[in-house]
Parts: sequence; structure tokens; C-alpha cells
Amino acid sequence: MPELVLDVAIEKPGFSLEVSERVALDEITALFGPSGSGKTTLLRIIAGLEPAARGSVVFDGQVWQDDKRFVPAHERAVGYVFQDTRLFNHLTVEGNLRFALRHGRSRASIGMSEVISALDLESLLPRRPASLSGGEQQRVAIGRALLTSPRVLLMDEPLSSLDTARKREIVSYIEALPGRFSIPALYVTHDLDEVARLSNRMLLLSVGRIAARGSVGEILERIDLWPSTGRLEAGSVIEARVERHEYGMTHLAFETRTLQIPAVDEVPGKVLRLRVHARDVAVATEPPRNLSIRNVLPVTIKRIDLDATVHAELLLGVGAQTLRARITRDALEDLGLAEGQQVHALIKSVLFEGRL
Amino acid sequence: MEGLELGPVWLSVQLATVTVLVLLVIATPLAWWLAFTRARSRAVIEAVVALPLVLPPTVLGFYLLIVLGPAGAIGRFWVQLTDTTLTFSFTGLVIASVIYSFPFAVQPLQSAFEAVGRRPLEAAATLGASPMQAFARVASPLALRGYISAIVLGFAHTMGEFGVVLMVGGNIPGSTKVVSIAVFEHVETVSYEQAHILSAGLLAFSFAVLLAVYVLNRRIPIGTGHA
Repeated sequence: MPELVLDVAIEKPGFSLEVSERVALDEITALFGPSGSGKTTLLRIIAGLEPAARGSVVFDGQVWQDDKRFVPAHERAVGYVFQDTRLFNHLTVEGNLRFALRHGRSRASIGMSEVISALDLESLLPRRPASLSGGEQQRVAIGRALLTSPRVLLMDEPLSSLDTARKREIVSYIEALPGRFSIPALYVTHDLDEVARLSNRMLLLSVGRIAARGSVGEILERIDLWPSTGRLEAGSVIEARVERHEYGMTHLAFETRTLQIPAVDEVPGKVLRLRVHARDVAVATEPPRNLSIRNVLPVTIKRIDLDATVHAELLLGVGAQTLRARITRDALEDLGLAEGQQVHALIKSVLFEGRL
Repeated sequence: MEGLELGPVWLSVQLATVTVLVLLVIATPLAWWLAFTRARSRAVIEAVVALPLVLPPTVLGFYLLIVLGPAGAIGRFWVQLTDTTLTFSFTGLVIASVIYSFPFAVQPLQSAFEAVGRRPLEAAATLGASPMQAFARVASPLALRGYISAIVLGFAHTMGEFGVVLMVGGNIPGSTKVVSIAVFEHVETVSYEQAHILSAGLLAFSFAVLLAVYVLNRRIPIGTGHA
């Protein structure tokens, strides 16, 4: 597993970034943070696109930058996917791909036909980038980055300019990339649903500093990080395995229980990462009856957090995994809830429709 | 001399062609630098480049005559090097024309490079292209319209110059007697018929070139930028 060792700083008007971090790159690592937190700048520093950056960048033992030297962008083994695709309009799609093949690493490990089939580019080859849809353009851009045979893929919000349908189309391609091409990716986004879907590890960037690192689940559960992750977004990420499809619903094995969500197009056995917003989880002290909510699970209250508002946050244990619930303090007192207590969590099944 | 006088026409075309070639070689890196630099000296350089636009050709010609003349800094060096003078020679005319037409090549190229911007170049760099490769295979094709404008304006402006040529080159058949000078001479000697032929020829030629360029420019689908 290649390791990226960063010790970098940069000043820009009204903004400074300082990051000192060792990042073990495995599959897709999310670089998450609100707009203006410096995610793109950090990615550009790694790629060598910010010559003004001070400090050092070492990738898998290779010094890309330190006090004495600065390896220019075109000599760093990165594949960069820009938010705005930056396809060359004077070339066809095929011309764009060949450009990467021609200028990329001399020992190319990724071939044209492999990329064309992985991203379904065959029918696009003779076309001009300007005539493609946003989603098609982004697929070409990803393919072009791959064809340089990079050691790491740097992706800067590749989905942000796409509508939901296009996002869904692209995200399944992106998800499969690290495994298929054995290239780890650093994925910049400000969308927690993308993080939950694509990655298991994340770095949280806040005003130019790394505020937290760790598994996606851990970070989303930390109440102190809400200013960065966004209060309404707070919740948890759970993993559940596809069991079967029935009557338009997909049944998932979640710990020892079953969850139902509107049918998703995934094969049984596949482990899905799902996001559950804290505001979409309610609790009951007794098993509720005659209820429209399909997903009711016995849980243990592991922790109760009170903040400055009228709300309370419950951390609920389900086997080895956790859920968060956001209820009012009023409800907390009425039900007489306490840490360690066994209760029932009610999860609105509509919740899962917000997935990518 | 009877009939069509081709010498000055041919000389003008030669001068304009050589001038354009030299202009492209010099103007490209300068326009590139002006388009992308953040140096404070940029404004000064831009003003200097634009000077030939506002200076009367005679003023420019006067200074060139002094610098390029056998007593001038460059002229003296040239005499030592080649045993010939720069002034009143074809080479001297090329130097004068390059300076005179400089803004007509630099400005369209600079605008074109600015319109292309850094973004496609950064993309090219992350794809492994060196700065020179990125320039040749990405920036230049994207700036094609700028190149066409620079070539046409540089060529046409050189064809049409008079004052600077007269000051620096004089009127030596086969060496410095270009079309505009020949026309002037014919008018001075009241050979209106000759003046008519040359003038009409230059007019038709200029129109044809410009028309060809505008038609061609329409056909180029892309100007600048990226998808």
C-alpha cells in the first residue's frame, strides 16, 4: 500500500493551508471538507500544480518535493481528474486518450482497450468533447487520466457538476476503478453521500488544516466535527450485505437483523455502505406496532450527547456498528432514556433513496 | 520601363514573408510571457510593444536609421561582421519591418494565449506533457485563430508600410524599392499609369488575402478553451 507523506504549506490571499500528514493510500480515500477548506489546493499541491507551495511531498518513498527540489507536474506519476474535465476540444475523444498514452509514464501498465471497455468509451471515440454530455465528458476525463498509468489517481469533485442521474451513472464506474486497475485514489468532495458510497477512509479538511482522519463512520459520528461535516448532515455510515430482492424492495443483512430499502441494482452478497441521517432515526422504549416504518431494530444507547440546542444526540449500538439518532430533549426526558438502556430504533426506509 | 513592373511587387512579398516568419519566432515567446506573467514589468513591456502603433513612421524610421546606420550601435557591429551596411539594405528593411509590425503580431497572439488560459496546460502537464509539448500540442492548436490574425496582420501591415522603409531603406531597385515606394516614385514623376497599375494590384491583392482569411476563420470550429 503506497504511502503519501505530506508536510506542506501555502499562503494565498485570505487563505492559508498547512497540512502535515501520512496518508496510507488504499482504494478510495476521501478528502472531505466544506467549500473553501482547501481540498482542491491540497490536491493541486500533490500533483505539482502549485509551485508556490512550501514543504515536502513524498510518495511511496519518492521525493516529489522538498527544500531542494521540485519535481514538475508532468514528471509526477499522478492521474488528475479535474472538476471541469479540461478535455482538449481541438482533439476527438480518441485524440484525448492517445495524448495521455503518448505522454504518460514510459512503462505503461494500462492499455487503451482496457480503459475503453472499463468506462464504455467505444461509441464516443470519434466525437468531439464539446458534443458530449457532462457525464460522458467526465468518463472520458477519467479514462484519459488512467491512460497515463499513474501510481495514484487524484479526483477533484468529478461529480459536482452532474445531475443526480448522471452521478449515479458515473459513481459505479469510479467505485470499480481502484480494484480493476490497482490504483489508489484520493477523492475530493464536499458531498457526504459520495464519501459514504465510495470510500472507507477519509480526511476531514477544515479551514486549511486536517481536522480529523479515520474511517468514514467514526468521523461522521463525532459531534465535535459538526461545524465541518455539517449539522444536518450528521449521521452514521453503516455497512449491510445484499440478501435478496423482493416486491420492489432489497433486503439487507445488517448485523443480525434485516433492513429493507427500495430495490437497488446490486447482486446478493455485495456489501453496501449506506448513510443514515441522525434526524431520520427515532427511538421507542417498547416495540412499536401498526407502524408504516419498515425498519425497526433493537439497539443499545451507548451515549447521550447534549448540545446547546433543544436537541439531544443518541449514539446507538447495533452489534459492532452504530447509528445516531437526533431527538428533542423533551422526548429524552419523557421517555426517561439513559445510557446503557435497550430501546428500539425506527429508521424511515425512505432514507436510503437519497443514495447516489 | 513599360508594362507591369514586377520587381517591387516581388520584393514587397519577399519582405512581408520574411518579416512574418521572424515575427512569429520572436512574438510567440513574448506574447506567451505577457499572457501568463504576473511580473510588474509586464505593463512596461506592453507599452513598448505598442509604441509602433502610435509613433509616426518617420519618427520610428529616424531612430532606426540612427541605430542601424554605420555609426549606430547595431549598424557598426554589422559593418564589422559583414562589411556591408544595414541601412539601405534588404536585411535592414526586415529589421525595421519586424519592429514596425511587432504589435500586430504580439497582440493577437497574447489575446489568444490568454483565452486558452492555464487550465488546458495544467491538464496537459498532469498527462505527462512537458511545457514545450503542452505548448506545441495543446496551446498552439487552441490559439490557431490568434496565429492566423498575427500572420495576416503582420503580412498586410508590412506590405503597406512606407514611411519607415523610406527612412531606413531608401529606394534601391531589387533591394529596398518595395511597392509603396515605387508608387510614391511614380506619382512624384507623374507616371500615373504605372502608379495606377501598382496601386490597383496591391488593392486587389490585399482584399483577396483578407477575404481568404475571414472565410477561413469562419471554418475553424474551435477558438479556444476546453470542454
